[in-house]
Amino acid sequence: MNLTRVPLSYVWRNLLTRKLTTGLTAGGMALVVFVFATVLMLEAGLKQTLTATGLPQNVVVIRKGSQTEVQSGVSRSEAAIIESQPNIALDGAGRLLSSRESVVLISLKKQGSGKPANVVVRGAGEQGLALRPQVQLLAGRQFRPGSSEIIVGRAIADGFDGVQLGASLRFARRDWLVVGIFDAGKTGFNSEIWGDAEQMMQAFRRVNYSALVFQLADSNGYEASRQALEADQRLTTEYKRETRFYADQAQTMATFISILGTVLSVIFSIGAVIGAMITMYAAVANRTGEIGTLRALGYRRSSVMAAFLAESLLLALLGGVMGVVLASFMQFFAVSTMNWQTFAELAFSFTLTPAIVVKSLLFALFMGLLGGFLPAVRAARMQIVDALRAA
Amino acid sequence: MTASPEVAVALRHVSKSYTRGGQAVEVLTDIDFDIQSGDFLALMGPSGSGKSTLLNLIAGIDKPTGGQILVGGTDIATLDEADLADWRAGNVGFIFQFYNLMPVLTGLENVELPLMLTRLNRRERREHAALALEMVGLADRMQHYPNELSGGQQQRVAIARALVTDPTLIVADEPTGDLDRKSAGEILDLLDRLNTELGKTIIMVTHDARAAERAHAIRHLEKGELSSLEINPRATPSHA
Repeated sequence: MNLTRVPLSYVWRNLLTRKLTTGLTAGGMALVVFVFATVLMLEAGLKQTLTATGLPQNVVVIRKGSQTEVQSGVSRSEAAIIESQPNIALDGAGRLLSSRESVVLISLKKQGSGKPANVVVRGAGEQGLALRPQVQLLAGRQFRPGSSEIIVGRAIADGFDGVQLGASLRFARRDWLVVGIFDAGKTGFNSEIWGDAEQMMQAFRRVNYSALVFQLADSNGYEASRQALEADQRLTTEYKRETRFYADQAQTMATFISILGTVLSVIFSIGAVIGAMITMYAAVANRTGEIGTLRALGYRRSSVMAAFLAESLLLALLGGVMGVVLASFMQFFAVSTMNWQTFAELAFSFTLTPAIVVKSLLFALFMGLLGGFLPAVRAARMQIVDALRAA
Repeated sequence: MTASPEVAVALRHVSKSYTRGGQAVEVLTDIDFDIQSGDFLALMGPSGSGKSTLLNLIAGIDKPTGGQILVGGTDIATLDEADLADWRAGNVGFIFQFYNLMPVLTGLENVELPLMLTRLNRRERREHAALALEMVGLADRMQHYPNELSGGQQQRVAIARALVTDPTLIVADEPTGDLDRKSAGEILDLLDRLNTELGKTIIMVTHDARAAERAHAIRHLEKGELSSLEINPRATPSHA
């Protein structure tokens, strides 16, 4: 079968010959691909941030049905029962790797705009940091247990007023001294303030912890431990691996972003497809004589159709590559916004993955296929004699 | 109906009509004649006489309403679209009034175009195309684009394209219609050579009496009907 017997140089040079039309049409497609890729990058960035926040060997314990730490409550007796189960790792000094934590939201003013936003304040147990090796101090020192000292995540330190090292932050009717700034890589902890759990509980007048985090001694034994804990009638808590816990927190927002992005992309793509169609119809009309000549020389209808489809696909690919290149610059930007599931501020960045590049280019090619199909059919269906007469 | 081996094209009761505004317009009526292998035939006649339509039918780019067109024993009127395309690729070389070169391709690439439909590899295609261009005297213009060539040179590229697949039949529709006298003379010389040296059967539609003079035989068409064959005594086997 001779599908694209028409030389590719013919297809390519015809695109180059009409630089302006090709540029504008590909540019239109590039913008659509840019929006499409950017939305996917946002979703990927969000997921990556929240998934990276957890470690698979850590288990988060929250009250049944609460979904987030803020809504959850774990009593002291429940915490004690959970910590007595056998599958908990010990540190070098033989202490349980478990942290009873209290999570509260406070309002801080954003830098620049001065608008208030919710920030997570996490009261951590002594092992809180040991459970999260991704949390590293950038400046200052760790807070002292039993004191009103706090350390601040980098995204908070960079994005909010009054939280620099040595500053005093007032919340829960107390002044808290910022003694350290920490970096937790691309994780949700970067958007948190950490202090001593017991001090936080007193200040916020809480009797229950929000959550308990512990490390499994045997990660493979997770399922058995979970079933044993869930069978315990004294407990009203549920258990998730930390990775799963944070991924679930991104679900609502990721879904929203992806729906919004898909709707926008589809609407924009209709415009781009129509643009490509107009361009290709014009190309067919301008080259009617050439189509007649090709057919007279022995090229089949299918070859002519393939040649014009190839031209449209190449045009779309050009737009797709432009769009992806444009979108790749978005990686330099970070977004800090409210995660509606936790009602807390979360910083994350646009993340370009190979899968997004492939998806974006396929999306562009799909637009090219849609836009090029009807013009290619018109080219293929021309009568040779009529086409030659039009030359 | 059979055609003797020396007959290149045999037309049997060929008719062609179009429907315009619900009315059938007869363009060709009961055309019946043979073209001998190695012949150089000129088709003449006033505008609208149907001479181009007849050429298109013989070349297999249009289909008759009735009758048979036997080329090398094949009735091309019965072939379907795809088979007819393949048949054209292997058997017919086209020369048009306005050259019909692809403006985005170089002379060499234009000549290579029909070879894309053959089994030849890239190197062989290039060699064949270069040889054809040498034959028409354009060895030094292979990498030029059509807009960098004169009308006469463009038509020579088109002739190279028509002969590169080594077809038995070459059809030319007003090949000198767009050229000045000198260029036209050169093109006719070339056609002469294709006929005498390479033994190609050439069918040429022309208005130009000077062009028709080069043909061995001239047939006149008048309102879709063929006049008798006129043998050209001045035509010489080799050009003067």
